[in-house]
Amino acid sequence: MGVERTHRDYLFKLLKHLTLIAASLVSVLPLVSCVFAAFKTAEEFAFSSKVALPVDWGYLQNFQRFWNDSGIIQGFATSIMVMFIVISISVMTGSMLAYVLDRFTFRGNKLIRNGFLLASLIPTILMQVTIYKMMVSFNLVNSLLGYIIMMAGTDVISIYILLQYFENIPNTLDESAVIEGCTYFGVFFRILFPLLRPAVVTCMILKGVAIYNEYYSANLYLQDKSKFKTVSTALYVYLGPTKSQYEIICAGVLICILPVLVIFILFQKQIYNGMTRGAVKG
Amino acid sequence: MSAIQPLVPRETGRRTFHEWLLMPKVQKRLVIFAFGAVPVALLVLFTYYPFIRMVEYSFYNMSYTKVRGFYGFKNYLDVFNKPELFATFRISLYYMAGAIVQITLALYFATVLSFRTKLTSIYKGAMFFPFLVNGIAIGFIFKFFYTRGYVLDTVLQAFGIPLEKLPFWLRDTAINNWSLVATSVWKYMGQNMVLFAGAIMSVDTNLYEAASIDGANKWHQFRYIILPSISTVLTLNVILSITGSLSAFEPPYVITSMGGNGTATYFIKMHQTAHVQNKVGLACAMAVVLVLIISLATVVQKLIFKYAFRDAGTVRSVRGKAVN
Repeated sequence: MGVERTHRDYLFKLLKHLTLIAASLVSVLPLVSCVFAAFKTAEEFAFSSKVALPVDWGYLQNFQRFWNDSGIIQGFATSIMVMFIVISISVMTGSMLAYVLDRFTFRGNKLIRNGFLLASLIPTILMQVTIYKMMVSFNLVNSLLGYIIMMAGTDVISIYILLQYFENIPNTLDESAVIEGCTYFGVFFRILFPLLRPAVVTCMILKGVAIYNEYYSANLYLQDKSKFKTVSTALYVYLGPTKSQYEIICAGVLICILPVLVIFILFQKQIYNGMTRGAVKG
Repeated sequence: MSAIQPLVPRETGRRTFHEWLLMPKVQKRLVIFAFGAVPVALLVLFTYYPFIRMVEYSFYNMSYTKVRGFYGFKNYLDVFNKPELFATFRISLYYMAGAIVQITLALYFATVLSFRTKLTSIYKGAMFFPFLVNGIAIGFIFKFFYTRGYVLDTVLQAFGIPLEKLPFWLRDTAINNWSLVATSVWKYMGQNMVLFAGAIMSVDTNLYEAASIDGANKWHQFRYIILPSISTVLTLNVILSITGSLSAFEPPYVITSMGGNGTATYFIKMHQTAHVQNKVGLACAMAVVLVLIISLATVVQKLIFKYAFRDAGTVRSVRGKAVN
C-alpha cells in the first residue's frame, strides 16, 4: 500500500512538471521564434528552418532598419510623454479620491464608490462612438491633449488599488496629525501621500504598461500618423497589415517588447500584487 | 472610517474668513470637494454621459455629423436581422469556448503552483509575460507563427505530421477562428492564473492540514477549500471573459487584416459600422445590446455561482480578507 502510494505521488509530480514545462514552452515559443528570425538576413530567413538559431547573433541590420525607418523614436517619445502625464494625473486624482472616500463619511460616498464599480464592469471601449463624437465637438481629435485627457479619464483600477491601500493605513496617524494642528490637506500631502509609495509604484507600472500597449484610442484620436505616433501606431503603420518581410517585422516587435520585458523582470512582485489588488474588489 | 472629530474649540461670535476656513467642518467639506470633484467629473464625462448619449443615439438614424431622423427600434432590429451582424455572435462563441479553456487551465496551474514547486517563479513568469506584450505586436508574432510552413508547421512536422495534412491556419474558415482564439488564450491565461494564485494564497494554510488529517485528498482540498475561496475572483473572470469574447479586437484586426476570411468579431463590426460606414445610430444600438448581454451574463453568473457554492458557508467565514 505504502509503496503504491509513493509511486502514485511520483507519477503525479511528474505529470505536474510535464504540464508546467509544456505550458511554459508554449508561452515562450512564439516569442523565441521571433528572436531567431530577427537576427537573420533576408536570404537566411527564407531558406532556414523557422525554429533554427540564426548564424550570426551580431547581425543587427533588421533592428537598424526598423529603428531608422519606422518613426519608432517619435513613437517612444510620444508614448513616454503621454505615460508621464497620464500617470501623474491618475495617481494624484486617484489617491485624493481614495483619501476622501476612505477617511470621510459624507452623503454620496457610497454612490461614488458604486459609480466607479459599475463603470469597471462596462468596458469603456464600448462608449467609443459617443466619446469620439464628444471629442470631435471639443475639437480634441488629432490633438495630444485630447488623447491624454481621454486616457486619464477612463482609469478605474488605480482607484481600487489606492483605496485598498488606504484601508491598511491606521486612522490614528491622521488624528494625531490633526491634533498637532495639521489641516486635512496637510495630512494628505505631508503624511499619507508619502506612505502610499508602494501602491503608487504598482499603479504606475500597471498604468504605464497599459498606455504603452494601447492602440485603439491612439489610432482613433491621433489619426494623423505623420504628425503623431505612439509605439503601437508606429509599429502598425510601418509593419502594415500586408508586409511579409518577417525578419524586419520580428525585429520591430522585439524593439517594442524589450522595455516591457525589462520592467517585468525588475518589478515582477509589484505587478503580481497590483493585478490581484485591482481585481479582487470587483 | 469615522470622520475626524473637530479639535479646534468652537468659537462664539464673529470669525475672520481665515478662521472660518480653518474650522474642521469647513475644512472637511473643502477637502471632499477639492479632492473628489475632478475624478468624479472625469467619471461622469467619460463613462456616464457617453453612456446616456449612446442609448439616445441608438434610436436615431444618424452619422457623426448629421441626424437623419428618428428610427425607433429599427436599429435594434437590424442588429438581429442583418445576417452579417448577427453572424458575429457565432464568432463570439469561439472566444467564449476559448475563455472556458483559458479559465480551466489557469485554475489548474494556479492550484499546482500554490503547492510549493521548484522553479515556481520561472513557470509563473513565462506564462504571465504574454499578458504584458503589446497587442499589435502579438498580432504580428502570430501572423508569423501561423504562416504556411513557418513556426507552428515546423513544430508539428517535427512531431511527424506532414505539411500536406496541415490546414492553412488563417485562411481555412473551418479553423481560422480557433487560431485567433488561441492567441487570446495565450495572452490571458497567465494573467488569470496570477489572479487565481493571489486568491489561493489568501487561504489559511491550516485548513489544508486540518483537511488532510480528516482524510481529504488533493481533489477534496481543491473542491472544498480552494474553489470556494476564489469564487469571487472566478466569477469576476468569467464575466470579464464574456465581455472580452464580444469585444475581442486586436487578433482579427492585425492577424487577419480587420477580420478577413470570416473572423470579424462583434466589436470589429461595430467599429466598422461607426467609423467606416458612418452609421452611428446602428453602432450605438450594437453597443447597447452588448451592455445588455453583459449585464444579463453578470446576473446569471452570480446566480449560478451562488448556487454552486451554497455549501461553502463554513469556509467562507474562515477565508482571508482579500477575497471578501
